[in-house]
Amino acid sequence: MAELFIYGIVLGSIISLGAIGLTLVYGIIRFANFAHGDFLTAGAYIALFMVTGVLSWIGIPDSNFGSLSFGWRMAIAFPFSMLAVGCVAIVLDRVLYRKLRRKASGAVIFAMSSLGAAFIIRMIIFILWGADSLFYRPGILRPALELPLGIKIRPDQILILLLVVFLITLLHFFLQNTKMGKAMRATADNMELALISGIDTERIIIWTWGIGGALAAAGGILYGIDVQLHPHMGWNFLIPLFAATILGSIGNMYGALIGGLTIGVAQQVSTAFLLPTYKPAVAFIIMILILLIRPQGIFGGRS
Amino acid sequence: MIILKTEDITAGYTEIDILHDVHIRVRSGEIVSVIGPNGAGKSTLLKTIFGILKPRNGNVTFRHEDITGLKPDRIVRKGISYVPQVDNVFPSLTIQENLEMGAFIRNDDYSQRLDEVYDLFPVLRERKKQKVGQLSGGQRQMVAMGRALMLDPQVLLLDEPSAGLAPVLVSMIFEKIKEINATGVAMIIVEQNARGALKMAHHGYVLAMGRNVLDDKGEALLANEEVARLYLGG
Ligand SMILES: Nc1ncnc2c1ncn2[C@@H]1O[C@H](COP(=O)(O)OP(=O)(O)O)[C@@H](O)[C@H]1O
Ligand SMILES: [Mg+2]
Repeated sequence: MAELFIYGIVLGSIISLGAIGLTLVYGIIRFANFAHGDFLTAGAYIALFMVTGVLSWIGIPDSNFGSLSFGWRMAIAFPFSMLAVGCVAIVLDRVLYRKLRRKASGAVIFAMSSLGAAFIIRMIIFILWGADSLFYRPGILRPALELPLGIKIRPDQILILLLVVFLITLLHFFLQNTKMGKAMRATADNMELALISGIDTERIIIWTWGIGGALAAAGGILYGIDVQLHPHMGWNFLIPLFAATILGSIGNMYGALIGGLTIGVAQQVSTAFLLPTYKPAVAFIIMILILLIRPQGIFGGRS
Repeated sequence: MIILKTEDITAGYTEIDILHDVHIRVRSGEIVSVIGPNGAGKSTLLKTIFGILKPRNGNVTFRHEDITGLKPDRIVRKGISYVPQVDNVFPSLTIQENLEMGAFIRNDDYSQRLDEVYDLFPVLRERKKQKVGQLSGGQRQMVAMGRALMLDPQVLLLDEPSAGLAPVLVSMIFEKIKEINATGVAMIIVEQNARGALKMAHHGYVLAMGRNVLDDKGEALLANEEVARLYLGG
């Protein structure tokens, strides 16, 4: 049980990365991006392309860091993929969503367009990499560390947790202490007043998409390291992402963090009683319950 | 010198025109009050001046420059600031952060300006780390005005600064408005509290159903019997 809890925290931290991006984008442009899960997939596969392709061709050594399952190639691929998916998100906004915003399209149009974008991303991945599960490093199972209470944890998982803490701390610092971060929070509060104050809100929107895409990529890669890569991986995350976002009050970054951890733990702990295939259902049930009982989420400010 | 003027402004939110040929002039350093019944189009006029609405006809001139149809983030750079009637603060940001957002387009060191704004509203200095969403209505109005003052504007547009405030706060806000004006800032003030607004105005305009009805010196409008009967509540 303690072990499932720890695994839940690892899974939850990955969900949090996705949920924070989803919630930031929603906070600024009030739009639920159904393509967000597929940003995770894109991030994971772009890193795969770097690790097994580009970086091996240019001769970056294939050795591992200590007892981790990856080394320099991943260390380079990770930020590169974050940057790349950040750009994908921005381009998607410029060519698609911005046009819809200009026309003041309704929520259904936005939902359908983002579903369409999600399909396109997934199909590109299917075409390029096929439908099988893939690994960054096939066939090697690193020995787990034994912690008290009989908890087994892999070094990779510890690193995943540390990386998520690092990224979220970085984001927190950015939002609280930089001019652009404060302007992002201001724009989420009141876009018209931001414009009145001279803030270039289109630039804020670009930053938001970039950060959301980059965090999603990080989540996708970390999941790929922890479990495996599959073209459906991000799509399967969509319900947990939305559950985490709604649980933590949509638009609230810190809520999305708590929500992600809660959903991750609930999903993993549920496997003590249920088949693992029911994990998505667990997230879905939590989401339905919140919507019924407390639709504004636990941090319930803005509705 | 006339610092800001509108000529023959016709504007609306949909196909329906709300404003019809509205003209208004502000001389430098002057307080201009715009009064009129609810729904007359007073807020719409300020939104049109500030570029939130695009006029269908007519133009807005600021210091001899045609600024008609410019977006708000351009207009604010020219030296006009605007405090909307509602939603005029960032509630989840602190007082200090609200003021910083007012100075967003400044790249110089604006700490002196920040001090001046805090001197004008000392209560804000005491609570600068507090979230604005937790403040009372009067304090929020001070934050809203403070945010707009951070750029040291030449013209300040104030939409119903006293709305919803207790009488003692209304006179406090009006005192602050006079203080701001005394530093040379010209203003257009839209008010439901027409008597109070005309008392401090150099010039007043009466709008009704989106049209100019009358304009004159502030005290002349106050003395006008018809204005008193129709717009000042007897
Ligand atoms: N956002 C809006 N969309 C459509 N019509 C509006 C909007 N805001 C105001 N109006 C209409 O414009 C008219 C003038 O409103 P407004 O300028 O707010 O009046 P005032 O500020 O003088 O009370 C009213 O009939 C109002 O219903
Ligand atoms: Mg009004």
